[in-house]
Amino acid sequence: MGNPATSIDVSAGHDGRALVKLAGLWSIQGELPEPEAAAAQVVETGPSEVRFDTSGIDRWDSGLLIFLIRFEHLLAEHGIPSERAGLPEGVRGMLHLAEAVPEREGARGQAVELTPLASLGVHAKAVGHGATATLEFVGSCVLAFVSLAAGKARFRTSDLFLFMQEAGAEALPIVTLISFLVGTILAFVGAVQLEQFGAEIYVANLVGIAMVREMGAMMTGIVMAGRTGASYAAQLGSMKVNQEIDALSTMGIDPLEFLVLPRMIALALMMPLLCLYSDLVGILGGVAVGVVGLDLSARTYYEYTKWAVGVDDLVGGILKASVYGILIALFGCLRGMQSGNSSSAVGEATTRAVVSSIVAIIVACGIFAVVFYVLGI
Amino acid sequence: MSLASDPVRAVRDEKGTPVLDENVRITVRDLTMAFGDFVVMRDLNFTVRRGDVFIIMGGSGCGKSTLLRHMIGLLEPAKGEIFYGNESFTMASPEKREELLRRFGVLYQTGGLWSSMTLAENVALPLAEFTDLKPAQIEEIASLKLSLVGLAGFEDYYPSQISGGMQKRAGLARAMALDPDILFFDEPSAGLDPISSRLLDELILELQASLGATIVVVTHELASIFTIGSNSVYLDVDTRMATAFGNPRELRQAHPDPKVRRFLNRGAESEEAGHVQEK
Repeated sequence: MGNPATSIDVSAGHDGRALVKLAGLWSIQGELPEPEAAAAQVVETGPSEVRFDTSGIDRWDSGLLIFLIRFEHLLAEHGIPSERAGLPEGVRGMLHLAEAVPEREGARGQAVELTPLASLGVHAKAVGHGATATLEFVGSCVLAFVSLAAGKARFRTSDLFLFMQEAGAEALPIVTLISFLVGTILAFVGAVQLEQFGAEIYVANLVGIAMVREMGAMMTGIVMAGRTGASYAAQLGSMKVNQEIDALSTMGIDPLEFLVLPRMIALALMMPLLCLYSDLVGILGGVAVGVVGLDLSARTYYEYTKWAVGVDDLVGGILKASVYGILIALFGCLRGMQSGNSSSAVGEATTRAVVSSIVAIIVACGIFAVVFYVLGI
Repeated sequence: MSLASDPVRAVRDEKGTPVLDENVRITVRDLTMAFGDFVVMRDLNFTVRRGDVFIIMGGSGCGKSTLLRHMIGLLEPAKGEIFYGNESFTMASPEKREELLRRFGVLYQTGGLWSSMTLAENVALPLAEFTDLKPAQIEEIASLKLSLVGLAGFEDYYPSQISGGMQKRAGLARAMALDPDILFFDEPSAGLDPISSRLLDELILELQASLGATIVVVTHELASIFTIGSNSVYLDVDTRMATAFGNPRELRQAHPDPKVRRFLNRGAESEEAGHVQEK
């Protein structure tokens, strides 16, 4: 572009005043000189005042302003005042505006750097608050269920059916895909090991038991956490931003009853059904691998699966799925209700909903494993 | 019964003498509002009388909307109490509070319409929840309320399909669903063009006249303040206290605090009051 170079020229005047000549292009688009060197030069001459000559300036914008603000600040530290008469009128106006309202005291104090120990403390306190909030929410949900049982809870049954459709029928395609693939993966992993003993047929047992006892419930849970839990958090979060939740409260309608109850009921009812379906599709995935890859007959596969999978396995899996469903709805709604009042807060609420529900599912799965082991199921 | 909800103690004049005034609808007593350690406003004392259009005004960030949120129970006071008639709202049992809430209508700054429901469903929900009317009657009432705010024919629209001004009016229709005694408006003209804003003001006045409702408005729109306000409180952001009470038109001319006069004259002193358009 051939920019005229930015230049600073400091000269000492006869009257004890320093003259700073600024010339060239002073723009944030180009390169900006640092004011320290020029300020040091001025201080060296020890003037009573600084004047500016800006007749050589080609073009200026905020670049010149930040230079001048820091330059004047540096000089002020040495008690040298500056005479702004030589500056372009626009620059004087802008500097005046910038100084018109003094910085509010304490406004900058917001972003205090914490020592590692202090930030550990802050986080620990936050975890404590989070746990209390979660417990409070669970308690309120229980109360809402109590008033539901007493026939006093207020929500629209049409909402409930809508949520059941969303969390049930509309989730079938993704649950089908994931479960089928999990079934085939289990079958392949099992086949590679079992082939060494010529026991390929036990792939049927492996896939059947794994799907029905663990994977059906867990995969459905994780899919639903990402799908429905996230959507609950986003729905409630944006309702909060839009003051819709306030509108319910001031109307004397408990948002917990009106918004959270139908979502929880829908998911708690739909999860066991989805889990059952997922078990079936997963086993079909195993069948596909057995028939196509291992030359087993579908009939034999069916017999072995029937022999391996007991009713208590099935009931255990479905029980887990109901618990996961309640956990997903609980955390989805909790994070949504806790959401702040901005679009980024809604995004954060959604993320936290998914993370919390998946963690809760895994923890619950571990607890179930221990309990089932102890009970010998 | 707690001392505070004792009707005789509830309303007192400045000297502490009990006053039983039929016309006092809302009493705010020694209200201090705070978020944690940060005090938003302290020691607020004022009353709203029956049929008032009461303006809560003040500069940006002074706590106008926060005060409104305290008055409708969305925030709890750090100190002090709010009474409706002679009943304490702050100390009320959940059942009592719900009953009091049902006598309010609130229009939120963003409208606060339930976005998953049509306008008719929005207005119908409180009716369906709190009355024993037949569905057909509820539908009729919902249509009536929508036509009162000039939205006849928009029953099946969703909030996202209509303009901001229409959302405000639909929010007003919903606020009026249960024929409340007291209507609260949070920044009714925020985000509206001057004409819609003026139409909304006229609507508020008409409703006030025909319903005889008491209206509390949070706003900093001077045009609205002078058009609709019959009484007001001015919240001062610097001292964090209420510094002026009374009819805004009179305050503009005669209030001793220059800050209040400057606010009501758009920063100019009261000599230039003539420039501010007055109805």
